[in-house]
Amino acid sequence: MLTVPLNYYLALSAILFSIGVIGVLTRRNAIIVFMSIELMLNSVNLTLVAFSSFLGDSTGQVFVFFVMAVAAAEAAVGLSIIIALFRNKVTVNIDEINLMRW
Amino acid sequence: MDNYVFLIILFPLIGFLFNGLFGHKIKNEKIIGSIGSLAVGIPFILSVIILFELISLKPEDRKYIVELFSWLNVGTLNIKFSYLVDQLSIIMTLVVTGVGFLIHVYSIGYMHGDKGFFRFFSYLNLFIFAMLNLVLADNFLVLFLGWEGVGLCSYLLIGFWYDRKFEKMTTTDAAKKAFIVNRIGDFGFLIAMFLIFLNFQSLNFDTVFSKAETWNIGNPTITIITLLLFLACTGKSAQIPLYVWLPDAMAGPTPVSALIHAATMVTAGVYLVARSSVLFALSPFTLELIAIVAILTAFMAATIGLVQNDIKKILAYSTVSQLGFMFLALGVGSFVAAIFHLMTHAFFKACLFLGAGSVIHAMHEEQNIQKYGALQLNLKTTYLTFLISALAISGIPPLSGFFSKDEILWKAFSNGSFLLWFLAAITAFFTAFYMFRLVSLTFWGKQRWDSNVKPHESPRTMTVPLIVLSFLAFVGGFIGIPQSLGGNNIFEKFLEPVFVKANSKFSFTMAHSHLTEYLLMIISVLLAIFGMLLSSNLFIKKRAYVWSLKKRFSNIYNLLLNKYYVDEIYNISIVNPLVNSSRILFWKIVDNGIVDGLVNGIARLIEIFGNIFRRLQTGVIESYAAIFISGIIFILFWILLR
Repeated sequence: MLTVPLNYYLALSAILFSIGVIGVLTRRNAIIVFMSIELMLNSVNLTLVAFSSFLGDSTGQVFVFFVMAVAAAEAAVGLSIIIALFRNKVTVNIDEINLMRW
Repeated sequence: MDNYVFLIILFPLIGFLFNGLFGHKIKNEKIIGSIGSLAVGIPFILSVIILFELISLKPEDRKYIVELFSWLNVGTLNIKFSYLVDQLSIIMTLVVTGVGFLIHVYSIGYMHGDKGFFRFFSYLNLFIFAMLNLVLADNFLVLFLGWEGVGLCSYLLIGFWYDRKFEKMTTTDAAKKAFIVNRIGDFGFLIAMFLIFLNFQSLNFDTVFSKAETWNIGNPTITIITLLLFLACTGKSAQIPLYVWLPDAMAGPTPVSALIHAATMVTAGVYLVARSSVLFALSPFTLELIAIVAILTAFMAATIGLVQNDIKKILAYSTVSQLGFMFLALGVGSFVAAIFHLMTHAFFKACLFLGAGSVIHAMHEEQNIQKYGALQLNLKTTYLTFLISALAISGIPPLSGFFSKDEILWKAFSNGSFLLWFLAAITAFFTAFYMFRLVSLTFWGKQRWDSNVKPHESPRTMTVPLIVLSFLAFVGGFIGIPQSLGGNNIFEKFLEPVFVKANSKFSFTMAHSHLTEYLLMIISVLLAIFGMLLSSNLFIKKRAYVWSLKKRFSNIYNLLLNKYYVDEIYNISIVNPLVNSSRILFWKIVDNGIVDGLVNGIARLIEIFGNIFRRLQTGVIESYAAIFISGIIFILFWILLR
């Protein structure tokens, strides 16, 4: 059976993470920013699973479950914040939401 | 027997809490008044029982300690909350609860219709509670607790009518004056306590006194301790130089003046000296100083009393003067005579004050005796009781004041000096003079009030206490008839064991014969009678002559009328410099400049930094994220390339 080397996983994960970072930094739509954050989280998950498999240690996989659970909670909270924002401001563009500015 | 003592203290506390917490809901004055009076009446009955139990014991067993709980336990400092029952404390308890009970009953009538009726009774009960702690205490700290407690109650009750004017000030100013002047004395008490603990490793009376007994007479440490204790006494018991608060304390309701500022609280200093008699006996210098201060106070206050026109002011100065007599007795080492006079004075002075209250009540709050006159027709009971007490304080035999005052005069002569006796006798003459000036102008002579005032006798709740007190003022002296008059001085024999240790330090030579004693007695009685007759003659029949005297000696008259300008001197020399320097130094510089400056400076510093750093707060999420990520990248590289 053909095994994919560890480096491939890590490279993919790094690329996904970078896409996520660029998404967060450049996009203005809050939902897309949010999706980018999810992408970053999942790229990290990928790294953890890859190392777990490579080292034969299940700790990494357990950790991934934690990350997924937190990500789910974060998604629920984050989305509800975005909905609340939209109801008040009728926009989800983050550059238009700068109430906390001094 | 132990349980009674606990209850004596407990009842006034319950009364205070009940009236204080629920009084405003109970609109019925009779219920509030009865609870307040019972909270003092029951302890009185209990203390009478204890007195009889004590008498039934052998004289040397008449002393026991009741421990309630351990109060403080820090290192070598072990303070137990315990009470000492002996001959001295039981007599004080009887006076406090007995006279206190009568004054509570009187207050039901006097305070009728006052909007603070329940407040008044709860304060009075709190006072009795504190005073009982003071007189029953077994160590200096519990005594100090009571000492401060009565001071607080005095403050609260002087300023009871906080919305009323008093002379040029408000009653609150008078209350503050009393409190602040007393603080000076309390400072002395505290330092004395520290020194006592330092030298005797205890604050317990028994321990301290038995250790002190072995010290030499005239030891400088003892002298300093006793001087500081005496400073505390000059504050609480209104002696020179701290007596100035007592006349102003008359801003309070009259029952308060009778209870706190005549019968009980102001005698706390006398009690303190008598309780610490061993310490004082070891310091002849302090005793000498006490005698000198006392006689000066007595003399000075009596002369001021000669010309005052406010009925309560006269009685206030009379109280200061009589307290001087008590301290004179202490100063010449006759502790029993001081306590004896304390007791008789509590009877007749409380009666005089309550009588004055009855007159003020009848005359619709008029306190100027120049606007009274001929009130004997309208206020028969008040007049008779007042007259008996006035005779008692003047020292006319066989009333109580004669025995107690005469004992002090005799001791001043035999243990002190001729000069002390002479000044005391002159003071006694003045006492008779101003008391009968007061009686003449109030009850005798011509009517000087508007006939539509219609004075009326006070209700029964007020007259009955007057009658009881005047009866006590009449017969109170019979328990202390000296041996030279055929009595056997039960009072002295009863109290003697308390002062045995102190008396053993004295070495008085009793070389005076009974003849001298009789002679001095006759002189003082003649002086008193002369003073009475002179003043009643002058102020009823020869008022024109009084006016001409007033004109001719206007300098002296004004000096006395203005109380030797002591208040003014204190204001110029102490109060104003203190207030002004406080205003400039402590308020403007220290408080506004340093304290406020520090607080405001920190706030301003934070504001400056905030102004710089708030520019980072752009409100653009991307920039936050960019900074965040670049930070992570930086840390990452730093870890990797380290």
